Amino acid sequence: MIRKFFVLVLLLGLMVIFANLLFGYVMDKELNASAHYYAEHTANDLGAANIVTAIIVTYRGLDTLGEVTVLFLTASIIGLVLARSKKQKVAVLPRKSPSPGELLVTGSYLLVPLILLLGAYVFINGHLTPGGGFQGGAIIASASLLLLLTDPLRHFSHRLISRVESISGLFFVGLGVLGIFLAGGFLDNRLLPVGTFGSIFSAGIIPIVYSFIGLKVGAEFTSMLINLAETEKKEEQSK
Amino acid sequence: MSNILLGITSLLAISMIGVAIIAIRVRRPAIAILAAGMISLFASILFLFLAAPDVAMTEAAIGSGLTTFLFFFVLGRVRGDDHD
Amino acid sequence: MSWIAMTTGFILILIGLYGALTNRNILRIIVSFTIANTGVNLIIVAVGYMAARTAPILDEAVPIAEAVDRIIDPLPQALVLTAIVIGVGVTALMLTYAFKLYEVKGTLDISKCKELKW
Repeated sequence: MIRKFFVLVLLLGLMVIFANLLFGYVMDKELNASAHYYAEHTANDLGAANIVTAIIVTYRGLDTLGEVTVLFLTASIIGLVLARSKKQKVAVLPRKSPSPGELLVTGSYLLVPLILLLGAYVFINGHLTPGGGFQGGAIIASASLLLLLTDPLRHFSHRLISRVESISGLFFVGLGVLGIFLAGGFLDNRLLPVGTFGSIFSAGIIPIVYSFIGLKVGAEFTSMLINLAETEKKEEQSK
Repeated sequence: MSNILLGITSLLAISMIGVAIIAIRVRRPAIAILAAGMISLFASILFLFLAAPDVAMTEAAIGSGLTTFLFFFVLGRVRGDDHD
Repeated sequence: MSWIAMTTGFILILIGLYGALTNRNILRIIVSFTIANTGVNLIIVAVGYMAARTAPILDEAVPIAEAVDRIIDPLPQALVLTAIVIGVGVTALMLTYAFKLYEVKGTLDISKCKELKW
C-alpha cells in the first residue's frame, strides 16, 4: 500500500514536469540551421532523393555503425544465453508436432519468395523512396518467421546465417575504410560517381551500403527467432 | 480536409490511451501482448500523419510484427505454470 | 496536430512507468516497457513536425529548388529509426532473461526471487 503511494507521488512529479514541457513548446516556422543545411546540400552533393537515408548512411554514418554493433551484440548474447550443452541428448521419443494445415503450407510456398523479393526491393531502393536497410531486413526476417510457423521442427543452418551476417558487416566496414583512402573520409559516399538524380544507380555507395546493412539486420533477427524457437526442440530431445 | 485529419488523429490518440490502460490491467498475459502490438500499429499510423513515412514503415514491421512474435514465442514456453 | 501526438506520448510514458512499477509478472513488466518506448518515439517525431509542410523526400511533388521551404526537419526521424531498432533488441534481451529466470526458478513472479535482498 505504501509502495503504491510512493509510485503515485513519483508519477505526479513526472506529470508536473511533462506539463511544463508541453505548455512551453512552440512549433517552428523555419527550418533550424542543421536541417537547412541538409535540405540544401543533399541533392547536389550526395545525389540521394531520400534525405533521411542520406543522413543515416553518410552524414551520421558513425551512429549507424554503433547501432549495427548493438544489434550484433544482442544477437550474440541471445545465442550465448540460450545455448545448451550437447550432452543432454537422451533417447529421442518420436513426438509428432501438430500438422499446420494445408492452407498454411501451400500459402507459404507462394508467399515466401514474394516476401523475400519485397524485402530486397525495399533495401535496394532505399535512396529513392521511403525504405532502407532496417525495414528491408525486418521484412526478410518475417519471411523466415513464416517458414518457422509452417514447420516448427525445421532445421535451420546456423553456419549459413552467421556467415551472411559476418560477411555483410565486414563489407560495410571495409567500404567505410576504403572511403578514407579514395574519397573524403570514413563512409564518404563519393567512392562511386554520384550519377543522375533519381535513377537507381545514383548516390554513390549508398545503395550498396544499405543492402549490406539490410542483409545483416535480416540475418540477425532471423538468428534471434531461431534461437528462441529451438529451445523447445532441445527440450523435447532431453526429456 | 484538415478537420478530418484532426478528427482521425484524436480518435487514434484516445484509443491508444484506452488500449494502454487495458494492457496493464487485464488478467491474462496474452491479451496484454496483443494490446501492445495494437498500440504499435496505431502509432505507426500516427507517424504517417506526422509526415514521417520511413519511421512508419519501420515501426509497423519491427514494433508491431517482430516484437509480438518474440513475446508469443516466450509465452508459449512458460505456459501452463503461471497464471497471474 | 503535433500537440495531440505529444500529449499522447507523455500519457503513454506515464502509463508504461506505472505498469512497470506495480506489476509482479515479469512478462507484464516487459510489455509496459514496450509501451513507454513507443511513447518516447512518438514525442521525438512530433517535435520535428512543422505545420503545412511535407515529408523530407525529393521527387516530382517536392522539386529540389523548393526543398528548403517545403520539407520538415529530417533529423528527428533518423534518430527515431535508430531508437526503434535498438528498442526491439533490448526487448529481445529482456525476454531471453525472463525465459532463463523461469527455467531456473520455475516461476515468473518477481516477488518470489529474494536472493539479493538484504
